[in-house]
Amino acid sequence: MNNQQKFKRRIDSGTLLRVLKLLFKSYPVLIPIVISCIVFSAAVSAIPSIFTQKVLAVITECLETGVISWEIAKVQILPKVAILIVLYALSLILATLQTQLMAYITQGFLSKMRCTLFDGMQNLPIRYFDTNKHGDIMSYYTNDIDTLRQLVSQSLPSLLQSSIIVVTVLFIMLWYSVWMTLVVLVGVTAMVIVSGKIGGGSAKYFIRQQKSIGKTEGYVQEMMNGQKVIKVFCHEEEAKEGFDAINSELFEESFRAHAYANCLGPIINNIGNVLYVIIATVGGFFLLSKTPNLAISGLAFSIDIIVPFLNMTKQFTGNINQFSQQINSIVMALAGAKRIFALMDEAPEADEGYVTLVNCKIDEKDNITETTERTGHWAWKHPHGDGTITYTELKGDVRLSEVDFEYEEGKPVLRDVTVYAEPGQKVAFVGATGAGKTTITNLINRFYDIADGKIRYDGININKIKKSDLRRSLGIVLQETNLFTGTVMDNIRYGRLDASDEECIAAAKLAGADDFITRLPGGYKTELTNNGANLSQGQRQLIAIARAAVADPPVMILDEATSSIDTRTEAIVQRGMDKLMEGRTVFVIAHRLSTVMDSDVIMVLDHGRIIERGNHEKLIAEKGTYYQLYTGAFELE
Amino acid sequence: MFKRLAGCVREYKLPTILTFIFIVGEVIIEAFIPFLTANMVNLIRSGAELESVIRIGLLLILMAVLSLCCGTIAAYTCAKASAGFAKNLRHDIFHKVQDYAFENIDKFSSSSLVTRMTTDVTNVQMAYMMIIRTAIRAPLLLIFSILMAYIMGGALATSFVVIIPFMVFGLLMVSRKAMPAFRSVFKKYDRLNESIEENVRAMRVVKGFSREEYEKKKFGDAADNIRADFTRAERIVALNNPIMQICVHFNMIFVLLVGSQLIITSGGALIDVGEISAMLTYGMQILMQLMMLSMIYVMLTMSSESMKRIYEVLVETPALRNPDQAITTVKDGSIDFTGVSFKYSAKAEKYALEDIDLHIQSGMTVGILGGTGSSKSTLVQLIPRLYDVTEGTVMVGGVDVRDYDIETLRDSVAMVLQKNLLFSGTISENLRWGNENATDEELVEACKLAQADEFVSSFPDGYNTRIEQGGTNVSGGQKQRLCIARALLKKPKILILDDSTSAVDTKTDMLIRGGFKRFIPETTKIIIAQRVASVQDADMIIVMDNGSISAIGRHEELLKSSEIYREVYTQQTNGGEDNE
Repeated sequence: MNNQQKFKRRIDSGTLLRVLKLLFKSYPVLIPIVISCIVFSAAVSAIPSIFTQKVLAVITECLETGVISWEIAKVQILPKVAILIVLYALSLILATLQTQLMAYITQGFLSKMRCTLFDGMQNLPIRYFDTNKHGDIMSYYTNDIDTLRQLVSQSLPSLLQSSIIVVTVLFIMLWYSVWMTLVVLVGVTAMVIVSGKIGGGSAKYFIRQQKSIGKTEGYVQEMMNGQKVIKVFCHEEEAKEGFDAINSELFEESFRAHAYANCLGPIINNIGNVLYVIIATVGGFFLLSKTPNLAISGLAFSIDIIVPFLNMTKQFTGNINQFSQQINSIVMALAGAKRIFALMDEAPEADEGYVTLVNCKIDEKDNITETTERTGHWAWKHPHGDGTITYTELKGDVRLSEVDFEYEEGKPVLRDVTVYAEPGQKVAFVGATGAGKTTITNLINRFYDIADGKIRYDGININKIKKSDLRRSLGIVLQETNLFTGTVMDNIRYGRLDASDEECIAAAKLAGADDFITRLPGGYKTELTNNGANLSQGQRQLIAIARAAVADPPVMILDEATSSIDTRTEAIVQRGMDKLMEGRTVFVIAHRLSTVMDSDVIMVLDHGRIIERGNHEKLIAEKGTYYQLYTGAFELE
Repeated sequence: MFKRLAGCVREYKLPTILTFIFIVGEVIIEAFIPFLTANMVNLIRSGAELESVIRIGLLLILMAVLSLCCGTIAAYTCAKASAGFAKNLRHDIFHKVQDYAFENIDKFSSSSLVTRMTTDVTNVQMAYMMIIRTAIRAPLLLIFSILMAYIMGGALATSFVVIIPFMVFGLLMVSRKAMPAFRSVFKKYDRLNESIEENVRAMRVVKGFSREEYEKKKFGDAADNIRADFTRAERIVALNNPIMQICVHFNMIFVLLVGSQLIITSGGALIDVGEISAMLTYGMQILMQLMMLSMIYVMLTMSSESMKRIYEVLVETPALRNPDQAITTVKDGSIDFTGVSFKYSAKAEKYALEDIDLHIQSGMTVGILGGTGSSKSTLVQLIPRLYDVTEGTVMVGGVDVRDYDIETLRDSVAMVLQKNLLFSGTISENLRWGNENATDEELVEACKLAQADEFVSSFPDGYNTRIEQGGTNVSGGQKQRLCIARALLKKPKILILDDSTSAVDTKTDMLIRGGFKRFIPETTKIIIAQRVASVQDADMIIVMDNGSISAIGRHEELLKSSEIYREVYTQQTNGGEDNE
């Protein structure tokens, strides 16, 4: 059965095995119960027909012997019916148990997959999110997991049930007659080949349909996002044309996929009908020609063999048909599962850091002792190889020495960058897009790891610091603001989860956000949805600043954090921030020179190198690039 | 709603009807096949000649071939009809959205429109396919089976009087209970997915604050909650199987008990053994069809949510309409606001703009300054009639904007939006949005004016450089300059830049403005900016505050008269005066 193998290869047994293994691991008790339920009910469903036959035999006998008294027949019939009722009750219980358990298992399994996927995703490095489209990541959750539902809840149980019935029936067939079984098998092979071909074809088109849907989605997404631009340019007709082309393509794939899938049923059914005729004819021929039978039972050919055989052929066909209807969903589910596993197998963000951040008390003699309560003082706990532990006070002293970095091999982004930022200093980066400003901040919080050189935080190599603690000690406000669904208060509190309402409001006041927040219809209780879509870009930035402020970190990184705030408000924010960051370290990246002018040190970056450094007055006096930028003689891109 | 959506079937009515016809054919043949097979079995049983068996066999094969033909044709037409219906739905939604005004666009978020066009349409497609395949088949088979059961079984068929109501009742109960459960859980599920999307988008924030564990817990709780709801809903649906089994088994036992009593007491006169087995088969058949019907019911109600969401888009009336006798020429670039007030929706309490009176002559350069939320953008969006005023009039070239043909007006009023976008395609394709017939020279000319030619030419592929979706492969400032060039290609009478040079450095900004003055002196230029430097040499500067005009005048006048202006100016030029 060459074709069957090919068809199996399409079914990707490796992924299937992994799904099964995961299922078993998740429900080591329930799965065997369900399986035994299925096996039992398949067996139980075969037994009643024996009793029905027996009842019918009794009736026939009664008729033949001329007994027409129900009283007499009753004695024989009722006990058999009683057994039948018991069997039915049993099968009902089994079926209920099985379906209820399956409902439970399916949803539990999906939920578990979702959580595993999500947890795994949280541990992935930023690089993953920078290099994969968000839409693609989302489709793991929205499409791929959903395809698993059908697989677990229907396809797998139905596969198991069908195969049990097929094996049982096959055995009974062999019991009756080997020759006729062979005839049936030839027909069945034809069915398997056909369902493999058509089912495979349909699966192929279904996957293409899926891709086509993705393409449509992408186009629609882009157009809908830019709908206002389309309107402004009266570009509606062109957008329609472009859409119609993609839409027709999707129609073709979808039409093919469903046409294939739909005709599978009639084809298998009618092969079954033809098989039925062949079996009947062959049986009749054997019977009439008195061919010697070959059977496990050793029975000779008789009408009593042929009639049940015909019924079994029907059963066989029915089960194969049922199975073939599942091919599509199996192929699609396994394609989905494969993608899910690929995401799960992504290497998580490595973290070998062992230096942790702890609360501490500092006495007059500068001795540091670790405590569990919140003291407002923090220290780096540094265990050494010899078992001793040293504590270093958290101050916010950040030094980059001769740092080199590249995102992609062979394309250096930063070269020989040295920056010293002492506590209390404000360090600014200025330079064209792509000069490496944001990259520096990505390195300080270890979103990416440097290729060469050293970064020290309070004298400790940041590679030794546990990433989560390192990041906790850095407050970051990015140009692109992301807020979460929830109230304004929740969003501010995101910076420090145990902050009280008063602390959050104080932070908002510092950030200059309190004013507009209190004017919102619900004040701090206003619900934000869809990344704060009902707020202006500037207002969102203010909330993001408040969020960082409540975290109260010793080091703050502001990456174009005030770019969408008008200069009047920016001045308010600036005053607040200066108050907050007194004695602490601030890194500022900004396009507007007015934002960075009062920095202690301004670094001018060009193609990954620092070309000028100094404060505003010094740089102006040097009449270099900064001077040109400032006077508008030089262009930033 | 059904009627409106069914209207979208259009050219796929024929395949739909053909599906019905061929399915009827298939059902009729399918109904005959059991007779023939029974006949054949009887022949074999009675030891007839092989020849007559073969004759019936051939007839059967002929039937099978016929049924196969009907089946595959129906499969084909049905797939075509449903995929076509889906295509038309998507087409209608997309085309409809193109006719929307800004007000309508604001109402539907872009992600919700995407879901409507993909997931919702697919749901409706599946429902449609299911319905046209089974809507005829199931009732036909049902009627046929009931009929046959009565003909063959007579009194035995009374068992259906008990089972059918029970089953219908049971299945209805299940679907009625399950439906709301599913509906609510799907809503929650959508929200869960939204929160995942939020998380992915905000990954830098999550990691920056080391909130991975917190997010995991938050997600785990939400997922658990949903799992519980899903399980509840799914367990209700899982009751279908036992209900079905009860019915089948009841039928079996009833037929056996009553049937055997009937046969024996009547001595086989009323009914015989063969008929008992036939009754069992038909009983099965009837129940199967009822099950199918209940599935259609479930499908319909499940997809009705999707249908509703599609319907909403289709019946939304565009907020702006072209006037009947539209004016198709714009005389000049003068702009007049008279007593204009505006609010975004009729329900809004606060006006976004109040009592605006403003007169701009053709060819003027106008700067607009103002804090966040002072309605600067709102003001300029009224000029190309992106929104209609609530009160008062806006006139362009001396004519009320509502009297112009919309396309004419917007071709004359080019606007570079604050949230501007490039589309995937080459740079020249993007530029030609402004004028599809523009020559290469015109493209270069516009780019030179927008100070974009230099960097475009520096790309290895020049004007054929591909822009990625969302324009991620050009910097913010480059994107803004390309957007300006795109607008310039329209050769507009009025050019509006809504904070369109915020990412462009001051020198380039100055060059762009200088170019405007020299090369398009006739065009009215309206520039919204954050930087005083961008507007200070304008003929007129408007200072907006909280939805109304706080001051109008030239730079020198405003320095004296407007406190806001003075404050912004000193703040921005603080310490820099010496060098300028």
